[in-house]
Amino acid sequence: MSAKQKKNLIRILAGAGLYIIYAVTFHLIEAPWYAALLASLVPYAVVGYDVVIKAIRGIGHGQVFDEQFLMVLATVGAYVVAEYSEAVAVMLFYQVGEWFQSYAVGRSRQSIAGLMDIYPEHANLEVDGVLQEVEPDEVEVGSLIVVKPGERIPLDGVVVEGSSQVDTSALTGESVPRVVRPGDTLISGCINSTDLLRVRTTKEFDDSTVAKILELVENSAEKKGRVESFITRFARYYTPIVVIAALFLAVVPPFFTGGLRNPGIWLDWIQRACIFLVISCPCALVISVPMSFFGGIGGASKNGILVKGSTYMELLARLDTVVFDKTGTLTQGSFQVAEVSPAGDTSREALLEVAALAESCSNHPIARSIQAAYGAQPDLTRISGAEEQAGRGVQAQVDGKPVLAGNLLLMQEAGIQAPPAPAAGTAVYVACEGRYWGYILIADRPKPDAKEAIARLKAAGVSQTVMLTGDRAEVAQAVAQELGIDQVYAQLLPADKVERVEGLLAAEPPQRKLAFVGDGINDAPVLTRADVGIAMGALGSDAAIEAADVVLMDDKPSKIPLAIAIAKKTVAIAHENIVFALAVKGVFLIMGALGVATMWEAVFADVGVAVLAILNAMRAMNTPKQS
Amino acid sequence: MKKKFKLIDLDCANCAAKMEAAIQKLSGVNDASVSFMTQKLTLDADDARFDEILQEVVKVCARVEPDCQIVLK
Repeated sequence: MSAKQKKNLIRILAGAGLYIIYAVTFHLIEAPWYAALLASLVPYAVVGYDVVIKAIRGIGHGQVFDEQFLMVLATVGAYVVAEYSEAVAVMLFYQVGEWFQSYAVGRSRQSIAGLMDIYPEHANLEVDGVLQEVEPDEVEVGSLIVVKPGERIPLDGVVVEGSSQVDTSALTGESVPRVVRPGDTLISGCINSTDLLRVRTTKEFDDSTVAKILELVENSAEKKGRVESFITRFARYYTPIVVIAALFLAVVPPFFTGGLRNPGIWLDWIQRACIFLVISCPCALVISVPMSFFGGIGGASKNGILVKGSTYMELLARLDTVVFDKTGTLTQGSFQVAEVSPAGDTSREALLEVAALAESCSNHPIARSIQAAYGAQPDLTRISGAEEQAGRGVQAQVDGKPVLAGNLLLMQEAGIQAPPAPAAGTAVYVACEGRYWGYILIADRPKPDAKEAIARLKAAGVSQTVMLTGDRAEVAQAVAQELGIDQVYAQLLPADKVERVEGLLAAEPPQRKLAFVGDGINDAPVLTRADVGIAMGALGSDAAIEAADVVLMDDKPSKIPLAIAIAKKTVAIAHENIVFALAVKGVFLIMGALGVATMWEAVFADVGVAVLAILNAMRAMNTPKQS
Repeated sequence: MKKKFKLIDLDCANCAAKMEAAIQKLSGVNDASVSFMTQKLTLDADDARFDEILQEVVKVCARVEPDCQIVLK
């Protein structure tokens, strides 16, 4: 509760107390009308003095027909017809509504902003062995800082001393902590959970991850989507129309209903016009729609999904085609042993051991993945004469026996018969003492959640999934088949990817949208070309954060269906609020014109609807359950 | 030049929309956006007359919503 809200609350309570005293007193005793009038002005002034002042100032500034003016007009109208009690009560009711609205908005804003609260308070700068608490933006690149357990990491850097667990959940939504050791990079905005770390900073605050993310989140509220700009445009036409309608109501009907002879009838129509105006205030719409989107964006960022504006929320909700880059997006982006296939009576273990030993001197990614699969440290004394053969493989003596490990060409040149291995990867054929031992298949494995992500996209209404890759067609086909992807385009150069995406965009009906998902490192042109560019694994990558419209802080493809679910829910809530507010207002406007609705209903239709719409908008913050 | 300003006591969304429309109409303002959610004004205006324009902006805001203050840094 802000100071202003507290003050207003006290005023409202005091005014309400005075009003009760007034109402009871004048109910019990007979008093002349002027006594009642004067006495009622006391609670009226306590509750509504600011409204009166604002109304007068508003007229001075040419802001006629704002809410305050209408409330003053309505209550003065009540005084004219000697309804003193009602005048005070309506003003009181209006202020209670306004207060509650301001409170609800403040609370919602805070709790959404709290989701994105990753701003580091200070940095512990180490100067000559002494710690100083300074503002993060005062720390220069290359400084030594200390991050104590429980503190937020203020700047991007590298661990110099200490090992600890780092909680990245504020950025990625991932609850499993990351273990860091000396030499590991640290990303600002995360929380150091367990042990003290000494860190050498690598970036200034303004360039660090936390500052980039905060900037992105703040700017996201500015990129207004279609629905939001519709509301702004709507309010522009709506207000004059309503004012004209109210004037019409105040002037025309009394002519035909005997208003000229009987001023009472005329007054009644004027009151209806005032009620009409109070109902018409577009606040519920103007607040709740941006708030729904803000809530949705906040909820998404809690899950490590940064959406750069409500426009992209709307586009995400209408995705029809999702185009993926393969390497690093759907797959791990690193080679792993996918299959060990011994021939004849060779055992699996023997094959892997011989291959790992032969490859132990090589630094090639394929050699390293075989060593990783072997697990143990190779005993280098068992190897001699290792020799790399460019474009073929390795030749070495293992335990004194000649071993060949490499591609089919290497085998053929040595005159060894080897059956061709499946094409979904790179095969390393192994021969020992001139005899074929089998092959080891190295492949870039799909991420564990990739298959599920594709299935969920389909369930979420995405009709087409496409994979683009620079890799060989056989490898691409195998991955696509495993994951359930509809279309594959392989052996593409980066420029071809843009062309493909443009082709797909052209084939897309205008109402349906296309997203491209990449790692953001070398596909920035494609990211910007697609309706929605989604960059993945962007934690720490500035280029990706800049090029994409939606940024996934971790590298899980399953965040994409989640983003779509959040977007759909958010857009649905925004629509609900529009329909709800317009429908309630429409009904009350008609009731007001017909003279059925009183000022009480009018105030409800104004602030009550706004509060309900705000409460509904808050639902957008909660992560939807996925089927 | 584009600059951001914090807004204090901006508590009516409709006023924010009105402020935004009024600021956008000022001459020299390329773009302006008043975000009710983040309570911030983003002003994009001519470099040469920026301070002058900013004074205008403050005046316009005082007219539309007297409660709301722009924090000038």
